[in-house]
Amino acid sequence: MNILYDERIDGELQSFEKSDIIADLQQSVPSLTLLHREEDLRPFECDGLAAYRVLPMLVALPETLEQVQTLLKRCHALGVPVVTRGAGTGLSGGALPLERGVLLVMSRFKKILAIDPDARLARLQPGVRNLAISEAAAPYGLYYAPDPSSHIACSIGGNVAENAGGVHCLKYGLTVHNVMRVDIITIEGECMTLGSEALDAPGFDLLALMNGSEGMLGVVTEITVKLLPKPETAKVLMASFDDVEKAGRAVGDIIAAGIIPGGLEMMDKLAIQAAEDFVKAGYPVDAEAILLCELDGVEADVDDDCQTVRQVLEKAGATDIKLARDEAERAKFWAGRKNAFPAVGRMSPDYYCMDGTIPRRELPPVLKGIAALSQESGLPVANVFHAGDGNMHPLILFDANREGELALAEEVGGKILELCVAAGGSITGEHGVGREKINQMCSQFQADEISVFHALKAAFDPDRLLNPGKNIPTLARCAEFGAMHVHNNELPHPELPRF
Amino acid sequence: MTETATLNADQDIADSLCAQVKQAYDERTPLRIVGGNTRAFYGLPVDGEPLEMAGHTGIVSYDPIELVVTVRAGTRISDLEDALAEHNQMLAFEPPRFGSASTIGGAVATGLSGPRRPWAGAARDFVLGARVISQEGKLLRFGGEVMKNVAGYDMSRLMVGAQGTLGVLADISFKVLPKPTASHSLKLSIPLDDALKKLAELGRQPLPITAAAWHAGELFLRLEGGKSSVNATRERLGGEEISADLWRELRDLEHAFFTQNNDKALWRLSLPPNTKALPLDIAESDIFYDWAGSQRFIKTSLDADTLRDACQQAGGHATCYTPAVYGGAQAPFTPLNPVVEKYHRQLKAQLDSQGIFNPGRLYAAF
Repeated sequence: MNILYDERIDGELQSFEKSDIIADLQQSVPSLTLLHREEDLRPFECDGLAAYRVLPMLVALPETLEQVQTLLKRCHALGVPVVTRGAGTGLSGGALPLERGVLLVMSRFKKILAIDPDARLARLQPGVRNLAISEAAAPYGLYYAPDPSSHIACSIGGNVAENAGGVHCLKYGLTVHNVMRVDIITIEGECMTLGSEALDAPGFDLLALMNGSEGMLGVVTEITVKLLPKPETAKVLMASFDDVEKAGRAVGDIIAAGIIPGGLEMMDKLAIQAAEDFVKAGYPVDAEAILLCELDGVEADVDDDCQTVRQVLEKAGATDIKLARDEAERAKFWAGRKNAFPAVGRMSPDYYCMDGTIPRRELPPVLKGIAALSQESGLPVANVFHAGDGNMHPLILFDANREGELALAEEVGGKILELCVAAGGSITGEHGVGREKINQMCSQFQADEISVFHALKAAFDPDRLLNPGKNIPTLARCAEFGAMHVHNNELPHPELPRF
Repeated sequence: MTETATLNADQDIADSLCAQVKQAYDERTPLRIVGGNTRAFYGLPVDGEPLEMAGHTGIVSYDPIELVVTVRAGTRISDLEDALAEHNQMLAFEPPRFGSASTIGGAVATGLSGPRRPWAGAARDFVLGARVISQEGKLLRFGGEVMKNVAGYDMSRLMVGAQGTLGVLADISFKVLPKPTASHSLKLSIPLDDALKKLAELGRQPLPITAAAWHAGELFLRLEGGKSSVNATRERLGGEEISADLWRELRDLEHAFFTQNNDKALWRLSLPPNTKALPLDIAESDIFYDWAGSQRFIKTSLDADTLRDACQQAGGHATCYTPAVYGGAQAPFTPLNPVVEKYHRQLKAQLDSQGIFNPGRLYAAF
C-alpha cells in the first residue's frame, strides 16, 4: 500500500486549476512570496523523512501574520488544502506536501519577541530554532528544557505541532509541559490565543490539544514557553553491561532507588560500535549495552545521587562504570549518543528510525522480538533507547538501491511498532504519526477512538483542509490496512468495503 | 472477609456507567456526573440525573518502577495517595480535596493543583492517559501508560478541567514521582513588595523550592529535594521553621483565612509569574498569595467585571469559588472571547451532541 496520499482511501480532494489558484492568491495577497515553478518547489518536496517526496502545488513563504491569515481565508474559500511546515526536520512526514495543496512555510518568522527573566518566559515566533531559545536565555542563567536531537535546526512551531521530546523528558517533560501559550490562526482565518502566561486559563485545555496536533487544527503563529534555571551542575555516569537485559533491569533499579535522572539513555552493541567509530566517545566497543545516566541539580545532591546510582549499577552487574571527569568528558559521552543516528548512517546506505514507546519492564521481550525480526528479514537493527521514559529508537539498516529493501525495512518497522503496541506502549513517543505511521494508528486505536479523533478535527476544520491525510487515518484506510484493532472479537465497520 | 470489607471492595462498574450514558444519549436526558460531591461549589449547578462515580473504585495497575499508576475515577484521593506512599511515591501536583470523599476523578475533572504546581506541574501534566466514556456509552482509551505518547490528539489532557462536559472519565493513568528525601518549611517576616521581588530573584536560581506563599506580612517557603541541598538552602534563607501542615491547609482551603471571616465572596486569581499587587481596593489581610504569587485567593465584595478587568490587564483570569453567594459572580469562570467560545461550542457539539454531559457546568451556554 502506497504511503502517499491516496484519494481512494484518504478522502477526496477538490479539483482545481493550479493557474486559477495562483492568480487568486497573487491578487488577494500580492505581497506574499509564492513559489510555483518546479525548480523552486523541489527543495520543499520532503521533510526529515526523506524517503517520501511529493512536489507541492505551491509554496507560500509569508512574512506577516496578515499574509498567513488572508492565505488561509482564501484557501478555505477555494477548498485548497494547506500543509504547514516549519524547519522541515520532522521525522514522520508531518510536513510532506500534497500535490494539490499549498505548503505554508513558517520559517521566516524567526524573531525572539521577548525574554522575561523574572517571569521566566520567552515569547517566540514559530520559526525560532529550539536551541536559539536556550542561547537567548543563557545570559540570565535560564534555558528551555525540551531538546530534541535536531535542536540546532528544528523550530519551536514544529516542536509544538509534534509535541517534540528529547533526552530529558522523564524529568523535564515534553513540549506540552513547557509551553504556556500559543496564538493560532484557524483555517477560517480567525486568530485565537490558547493558554496564558498565567499557569492556567479558563475553558477547555485547547493548548494541550494543540500540542502534537500536527498542523491539523490550526497554524501556530506565536508561542510562549517557560524557562528554567540552569541546573548548578550535571554529571554523567557511563555503565557497561555484558547483557542487554541486565542493562534494562538496571534502569528500573535506578528509578526504584527514588532517583529521577535528567537523562537516562541506553545503546546496544551495534549502536555503540557505530558511535565509537564516528566520534570516538570513549565507549566500550566490546560491551553488549551501555547506559548513560545524567544527574543534574544542586552540586551536593548530585554528588549524593551519583554515589547511589553507582551502587545500584554495581549491584545490577555493570562490568564497568565511569564518571565523566569533567565537562569535556561529559560532552564526549553525550556526543556519542547524540550522533548515534548519523553514526549508524555511516554503516549503511540508508536507515529507518522508529519511535515506539513501551513500559520499561517490557524492554527484554521487545528487544528479543526486534532481534528476531532483524534476523528474519536479514536487516541489521541498532537500538538507541531513551531508557528513562521508555522511548525506543530502533534503527533499521538497509540499502534503498537494492530492489525491495525499502519496502522490507518499512515492513520490519511496522512490525516493531506493533510489538510496542502489544507490549502496552505507543507507536510514537516524540516523532509524531505524520504520514509515516498512519497505518499503525489502526493497530493502536479502535474505530470508535479514531472516530473521536475525527470529531475533534471536525470541530476545528470540518472541511479537512489542514494537513489532510496525516496523523489520523480514515476508517477506510484502517479497513484496507487490515490490522484494525479487533475489539470483543467484532470486526469494526463490517459494512466498509475491503479491497 | 467481613460484609463491610466486601462493600468497600474495589469494583469496576464501567459497564453499568456506559449503559447509563447510552440510555441518556438515546433519551437525550442530561447527566450530572458525581464522585464524592465535594466540588459542587466549583462551577455552576447541573440539573440532571446523577451518574454516580463513587462506586467505580480501585487501583487497576500500579508499577512503582514504571512511575505509573492507573486508577478508577471513583477512588478516593486519600486511598490512592496511601497506596503510593507505601512505595514512597506521590501525585506531584498535590490534588486539593474538599472533604474525605473527594475522588481522583473529580480532581482531574476540575483540573485543580496544589502548592507544588509552579515547580512540578499541574494535574494535566501528570495525566498520561484515560479511559473515557463517550456520548454513545462506549469505553474508549486515549493516551496510555507510557511517559511519551504522541499518537493521535491528546484527548486525555483535554478532559482535564473540562469538568465532565466532554465525556466521563472512567480510569486515569498518572505519572507518579518519588517523594522528596528531605523537606523543610519556613517563614520569613517580609512586606509584600519585597516578598514578590525576592520570589522572582529566587525563581531564577536552581533552588529546591516547591511551595511559596505570602499572607499578612509573612513569606512561607517549602524546600524539598536532596538532604544536602535542602540543608544548604535552609541555612541560606534562615527564617523560622513552620509545620508543613500549612501547605495542606492552603491546598484544601482549610486555612483560617478561608474558614474565618468569610462573609465575602471568595475568588481565585490566576496571574502570570512576577505580577505585582493588582490595583484593586482589597485589604492585604483579604489576600492569600500562593504559587509564588501566580495564584491569589481573595475575599472581596468587588463586582466580577472590576476583578476580571484587572486580571485581564495583568494577563490572567479570575474564578469565583462562591458563585451567587456573598455577592459572588453569576458566572464562576471568566467568559471566553467569541472566537475561543465558538470552538468550545463546536467541540462540545461534536463530543456531546445531545448535551448530556454536565450541561452548563462550566458555562451556561454549553
